[in-house]
Amino acid sequence: MRNGEIGAAGVLALFSLYLMWKSTELPIGFVEGRGPGGGAWPFWLSAIMLLCCGMIALNWWRRTSPPSQSDEPFLDGHGWRMVALVGGSLIGFIALIDVVSMYGAIAVFLVVYLRFLGRHSWALTLVLALAMPIGFFFFFEGAMRITMPSGMSFTDPVFDILYDIIY
Amino acid sequence: MEILGLLFDGVLIALQPLNLVLILVGVTLGLFIGAMPGLGSVNGVAILLPITFLVPPTGAIIFLAAIYYGAMYGGAISSITLGIPGASTAVATTFDGRPLAMQGRASLALVTAAVASFVGGTVANIIFTGFAPLLAGVALSFGPPEIFALMLLAFATFVGLGTDDIPKTIFSICFGLVLGAIGFDQISGAPRLVLFDINGFLQGIGFLVLAIGVYGIGEMLWTIEQTRGEVENTTPKMTAKGMVADTAEATRKGWKGMGIGSLLGFFVGILPAAGATPAALMAYGVAKMTSRRPQNFGRGEVDGIAAPEAANNSASTGSMLPMLTLGIPGSPTTAILLGGMVIWGLTPGPRLFIEETEFVWGLIGSFYVSNVAALLINLAFIPVFIWMLRMPFTILAPVIFVLSVIGGYAATRDMFDIWMILVFGLGAFVLRRLDYPLAPAVLAIVLGPIAEPTLRQSLLLSQGDPTIFFTRPIAGPITVVAIILILLPALKLLRPRKPGRDGAA
Repeated sequence: MRNGEIGAAGVLALFSLYLMWKSTELPIGFVEGRGPGGGAWPFWLSAIMLLCCGMIALNWWRRTSPPSQSDEPFLDGHGWRMVALVGGSLIGFIALIDVVSMYGAIAVFLVVYLRFLGRHSWALTLVLALAMPIGFFFFFEGAMRITMPSGMSFTDPVFDILYDIIY
Repeated sequence: MEILGLLFDGVLIALQPLNLVLILVGVTLGLFIGAMPGLGSVNGVAILLPITFLVPPTGAIIFLAAIYYGAMYGGAISSITLGIPGASTAVATTFDGRPLAMQGRASLALVTAAVASFVGGTVANIIFTGFAPLLAGVALSFGPPEIFALMLLAFATFVGLGTDDIPKTIFSICFGLVLGAIGFDQISGAPRLVLFDINGFLQGIGFLVLAIGVYGIGEMLWTIEQTRGEVENTTPKMTAKGMVADTAEATRKGWKGMGIGSLLGFFVGILPAAGATPAALMAYGVAKMTSRRPQNFGRGEVDGIAAPEAANNSASTGSMLPMLTLGIPGSPTTAILLGGMVIWGLTPGPRLFIEETEFVWGLIGSFYVSNVAALLINLAFIPVFIWMLRMPFTILAPVIFVLSVIGGYAATRDMFDIWMILVFGLGAFVLRRLDYPLAPAVLAIVLGPIAEPTLRQSLLLSQGDPTIFFTRPIAGPITVVAIILILLPALKLLRPRKPGRDGAA
């Protein structure tokens, strides 16, 4: 955890510096007749962020913050595995939206999560993986008139049937 | 007495069969729209505006106001049961609502939210009825320095009263404010902070993208990692007797928060450009500041639910005031209502109270009826919301992930935002592990777009002289209190520590 604390402070300090540099694309001082320039607000806030990172590093060195006193690893093997599995399935879910549509991606994600991560029965998995996307379709497209991504053209026949029902 | 007579006539109009049905349907729809992450009152009102042309203007505004009311009640539901704010107005409800639900007291949290919403709505209605034109004038005396001072106070309460690491809290606030500055400079219109030259950043980062990332993804990953996937599910029981006991407990423990939220919420609500979200966050901060148990906030304190919930309802009524009396909307939802009024052939402004008496008092009467209807409908649905918490965590977690993604898309209709939700979620998980408080960042991204222009306008007014925040009669005291709160941690460091009481700062 101690290494994680100083590592995160370092990365955030670099990000703060990047934000300060990026802010200077607009004026950061007082522009006569127009008030503070467009870059002033993010520039000075990023400068405060950098200062805070310095204070976090100081606290790390003095061992005054709880993470800087901890000898535990940031994540143990089990933790990494769990985060990788859940995080990975989320990345897959979002990546699939443009391929098999929002509703198709929801169904695939639910099958993966419920059956393989949650170890639920196939019956419960399939009921939820079908009922939820269909329920969402009628709520968003039918009631709220919000169109979700429909994926690649091979999903069109399914959407044609569903749109016939609501329109 | 004349006002009471007009109010009585207004309530009778609201109780006419057609209007009563519109109120009941509107409140129920609003409750579910508000509870859905990604959709808030503004979506409900905007989507349903066209169908109001089928009924007379009085019925139309009553219907839309009922949706507004229902959504304000509904926002708390997903904050408490799922840990994701249903709308920006319910962010502060998550801070204590979710911990209380995780302690197996979800029914107390939901009842507190419902009762506080009712109290907030009722207090606001009474103030609205009695002092509408007078208060509209006071709200107009709030210029940019006063509004910026209020924003500063909201941030200061987090720094001065937080139990978290101070540098990390300040970092979190500044990070949220910088995120709020991404996109275009509001004053010059120039592109600003287009990070890594990715065009997606041009449209800015919405509050919901950060909130859903932090609470819907980051918090869930943290829970899964901490509990090793073996989450002990709370099994809250729901009985009529239990609900009565919860109502009594909510009133006993949350009366102070309800009082603060109701009064502060109304006043912040009537300020142009403020609205229910800053009102709820400020009420939370002030409730914590004045509490005898500030250390309990964030761990399931009843006052921490009561204050923001009373405030967001109170503010939603308050924001109708400048809309009706001056024609200035106090929130995005009232801006749409204002548009509706113009389409119905009405002219908002001082003469509306004289020329359209039936419309105005019918609307005010409907506030009272909607408030009672929303309370009863909300309480009736609490067992349904509690049922969600009984789901095994391996079902609840993917449902929350799906709601986060589909809700995030529904709000902005942009895949870039969905990827940003994931980035914020993973980042929030890492920072949460390292004890960075993330609520201040969510607060800051909401208030940033109000704070920056008011700061710049104030400094333009004073030719760059920052003493403008100290010399004006309303802004001065607020700024001084905010600065004292920011300096409080430094004063605590100077005070000699008693041996044996050296806790984690």
